Amino acid sequence: MSTLAPRRLSTGDRLRVGAAGLHTRPMRVFLSSLGIAIGIAAMIAVVGISSSSRAELDAQLDALGTNLLSAQNGTTMMGEQAVLPLSAESMVGRIGPVTDVSAIGIVPDAKVYRSDKTPAAETKGIAAYAARTDLLETTATQLAHGTWLNNSTAQYPAVVLGAAAAERLGVSSPSPEIEILIGGRWFTVVGILEPSPLVPEIDTAALIGWPVAQEVLGFDGHATTLYARALPEQVESVQAVLGATANPEAPGEVDVAQPSDALEAQQAADQAFTALLLGIGAVALVVGGVGVANTMVISVLERRAEIGLRRSLGATRGQIRSQFLTESLMLSLLGGLAGVAIGGAVTVIYALTQDWAPVVPPWALGGGLGATLLVGCVAGLYPAARAARLSPTEALATP
Amino acid sequence: MIELTDVHKTYAGGVRALDGAGIRIDAGELVGIVGPSGSGKSTLLHILGTLDRPTSGQVRIAGHDVGALDDAQLSALRASRIGFVFQQFHLAPGTTALDNVADGLLYSGRRRTERRELASKALTRVGLGHRLKHRTHELSGGEKQRVAIARAVAGGPALLLADEPTGALDSVSGAGVMELLGDLHRDGTTVVIITHDSDIARSLPRQVSIRDGRIVSDSSTLVGGRR
Ligand SMILES: Nc1ncnc2c1ncn2[C@@H]1O[C@H](COP(=O)(O)OP(=O)(O)OP(=O)(O)O)[C@@H](O)[C@H]1O
Ligand SMILES: [Mg+2]
Repeated sequence: MSTLAPRRLSTGDRLRVGAAGLHTRPMRVFLSSLGIAIGIAAMIAVVGISSSSRAELDAQLDALGTNLLSAQNGTTMMGEQAVLPLSAESMVGRIGPVTDVSAIGIVPDAKVYRSDKTPAAETKGIAAYAARTDLLETTATQLAHGTWLNNSTAQYPAVVLGAAAAERLGVSSPSPEIEILIGGRWFTVVGILEPSPLVPEIDTAALIGWPVAQEVLGFDGHATTLYARALPEQVESVQAVLGATANPEAPGEVDVAQPSDALEAQQAADQAFTALLLGIGAVALVVGGVGVANTMVISVLERRAEIGLRRSLGATRGQIRSQFLTESLMLSLLGGLAGVAIGGAVTVIYALTQDWAPVVPPWALGGGLGATLLVGCVAGLYPAARAARLSPTEALATP
Repeated sequence: MIELTDVHKTYAGGVRALDGAGIRIDAGELVGIVGPSGSGKSTLLHILGTLDRPTSGQVRIAGHDVGALDDAQLSALRASRIGFVFQQFHLAPGTTALDNVADGLLYSGRRRTERRELASKALTRVGLGHRLKHRTHELSGGEKQRVAIARAVAGGPALLLADEPTGALDSVSGAGVMELLGDLHRDGTTVVIITHDSDIARSLPRQVSIRDGRIVSDSSTLVGGRR
């Protein structure tokens, strides 16, 4: 008398049997894996887009440097605008680890207009600043059109417009014919800047030379904001002494900041939003899983005769269970793969439209497929258990 | 080969489908089981094929006491020793005759290439060598039943159980199927056929009649000891 032991199915056979159930109902397979695909695609796209944007910011910060510090005149204890001493720039320049210093100084009461016919109230939020000629290098701001101020144009009524200021004034390119009114004097537009990622305050500025501001607009020569580049590893120590150096008599009246912080804070806010979107994607995935479970329950009901036949051919309960589990896993994996492909494609397309390098982190792909398998497994457990529990004769009795 | 002793089967709801049935079938026999509708024929066949367990009584098949085997062991027994043919064929729609027969060997532990070879041989043997790649819906009823028979015998089972194999067929196809079962019997397979049709039953070497769950006559005992 021989011992009886069921034979194991090879992995290939197991997959083939699982897939057999899918072949015959392509439309149902498509629809029920679609739910999974949408969930996974949403999650991958959210992670991909936020990673791409993060990578873009990292690259941007790399290019701009995180070692820029700014020191702005704050307010006095009496609530008045504080004044930085005239020596502030040279004092800051003498801090050891500081490599560059530049400054701007607001020209009080110098209103900026496109022409003398503009109503006086319409300043469009543009302010006139005296700017040091090394401002662009120090703040890593790019020139879009024309030229930047040099030692000679700084003496003359020439102006360079920040990106937003140029747009608001309706100046698209500099030219000797284009003049704007600053504090009642005509200034020729010689250049236009690109948006400045680190110091957005100069986007809305009309920048003129320090000497000409003092000569014709009554500028007092006091800087209102200093920009200092420090050796990267000493940024913190420079930040600690910057206020006291710029204004030794009233260090508390100086607002010291690290402009790259603002960009990172923006990113952190985006990440909170990303988490929310990710949660929505997860809900879609769970709904997709419910769809797969539903499909599997129906499939088991419809295929009772097949189950009975397989049992009569010698399939064990375990083999029936494994067949339907495999089918459920394949169904959701199919959706998962489609979702990963769609999510990846959405990321690439979105990143390209934003001029970013597309980044989809491998952990997101792996996590997406892992989540899919988990969903497929959970969705298949109950239907597979039902199929396995069916007695062979009951199963065969259904037509 | 098979020995049933005082087998009772009561279904939920109290229907006594088998009520003290006993039968002994030796290896190599060809047996017809006849009886009116509801007399317990299918129930008997399910128990002979280990698809169901009796409520009480003893069942021995191929040397195994069925009551002592667990579900997995019964599955293994079916996979290696028993072939079934059903009235409704139970072929997978949209797949070829060859795949249907080869898949019948899935649980026997054979490799895929071997399964396909055996399937092709079995189909040739039932006269469908020219229909290997036909999908099941492209076949006639008689051809379908022959595919089902090929599936049941491809693995060379010792026991073939057929529940009304000609029930869904016209008389010509039915005769073909019966001839095929006769051939298998001549080649050494033990064959048990359930039928309504008394003409078919008469053509078989041994007939067992069942009524109300009991064996009421057995041609082998009537003629006073076979063989
Ligand atoms: N799963 C079941 N649950 C309850 N009663 C059942 C079940 N299967 C069969 N029966 C009953 O058991 C009795 C015997 O049924 P069985 O199917 O064995 O008869 P049969 O001889 O094969 O009939 P037929 O020739 O019509 O196929 C019948 O009265 C039937 O109603
Ligand atoms: Mg019956």
